[in-house]
Amino acid sequence: MAKAPPKNLNRFYLLLGLGAALGVAALAYLVVRPKAVSIPANVTVLAGDTTGFRGYVIGSDLAPVEITEYADFECPACSEFALVQWPSVRDRLIETGQLRWRYRDWPIDQLHPYARIAAHAAACANDQGKYWEMHDALFAGQGEWAAPRGNPTSKFRGYARDLALNLDEYDQCMQSAMYAGRIQASYDEGSKLGVGSTPTFLIDGRLYSGVMASDSIRKLVDRLTPAATTPQP
Amino acid sequence: MLSLAGLFVSAYLYLYKAGYIGTIACGTGGCERVQFSPQSSFLGVDVALIGLVGYAILLGVSLAGLQPKFAEARWPAVALALLSGGAVAFTLYLKYLELFVIHAVCRWCVVSAVLIAATFILSILELRRVRRAS
Repeated sequence: MAKAPPKNLNRFYLLLGLGAALGVAALAYLVVRPKAVSIPANVTVLAGDTTGFRGYVIGSDLAPVEITEYADFECPACSEFALVQWPSVRDRLIETGQLRWRYRDWPIDQLHPYARIAAHAAACANDQGKYWEMHDALFAGQGEWAAPRGNPTSKFRGYARDLALNLDEYDQCMQSAMYAGRIQASYDEGSKLGVGSTPTFLIDGRLYSGVMASDSIRKLVDRLTPAATTPQP
Repeated sequence: MLSLAGLFVSAYLYLYKAGYIGTIACGTGGCERVQFSPQSSFLGVDVALIGLVGYAILLGVSLAGLQPKFAEARWPAVALALLSGGAVAFTLYLKYLELFVIHAVCRWCVVSAVLIAATFILSILELRRVRRAS
């Protein structure tokens, strides 16, 4: 019996080759793209995590009033405060020497899966003297990176590039998750104080939850400022 | 085609496990849990690597069976049925581990399970066809 002629498999081989090329290209892209990082929660806080660190501070050491803000970079209310009220607070109170501001991380992991990564990106920017610039960029860009979007590591790296950070140092800092303990320490401290939502402001020993208007902050600062240092009209 | 797809799925999981890919597209967190569980290696070898090698062998046998000189040979169909049958049995064992030991399901592992099951069914059909033809 004569053998059946071999089938023309050229089209099949072409498709197989295309599939293989696409698969290899996809894997190669996944390997060479900037690595997404994750910052672990509930890490053990070591003494070194908090030595000499009590939050990110802006304002004069001589300012008569200090406000500590507990916030989460992925929280919409914190973003609202940062975008609408914060510029006025900074210009009218901090830069005039009336107020010192302390920012502390209080990431709400259950609602905001990327809050710790954002806090860590800001901590890495702080290493290069650009904490507040990164703070502003993260809040301004929150709509671009917050969940349910994918892991925002590359987006944050873009902010770092825009801020002219040394990207090698930034990448190393992010990959090492070296500030995970610091973020956890901040969270633990806020929780002990009674912080339960963000933003929460600690002013003169009292907690104020929710977005505060800059005018309300100004009134509080005026009230708390010793008479001798209150600017006279 | 199925073997090629399986090969890439295994390669993806293996590259993730080996740390070459930062995060895995999984959605549920099950892939991370499964991939870093003690059951993710079998006799000291990563299960993803076993899958990678297994799919590569299946692909090689499939391509060999397509060659004109093996057009009438039974061995490629027999080898495919045996290999994919063994892989299905191994996959069932892995599914058991996922569901009852690790208590997490890796979606990519499910994709691989579907691919190997389809490969097994097609190899049985091919085996029957070859038997009838001879």
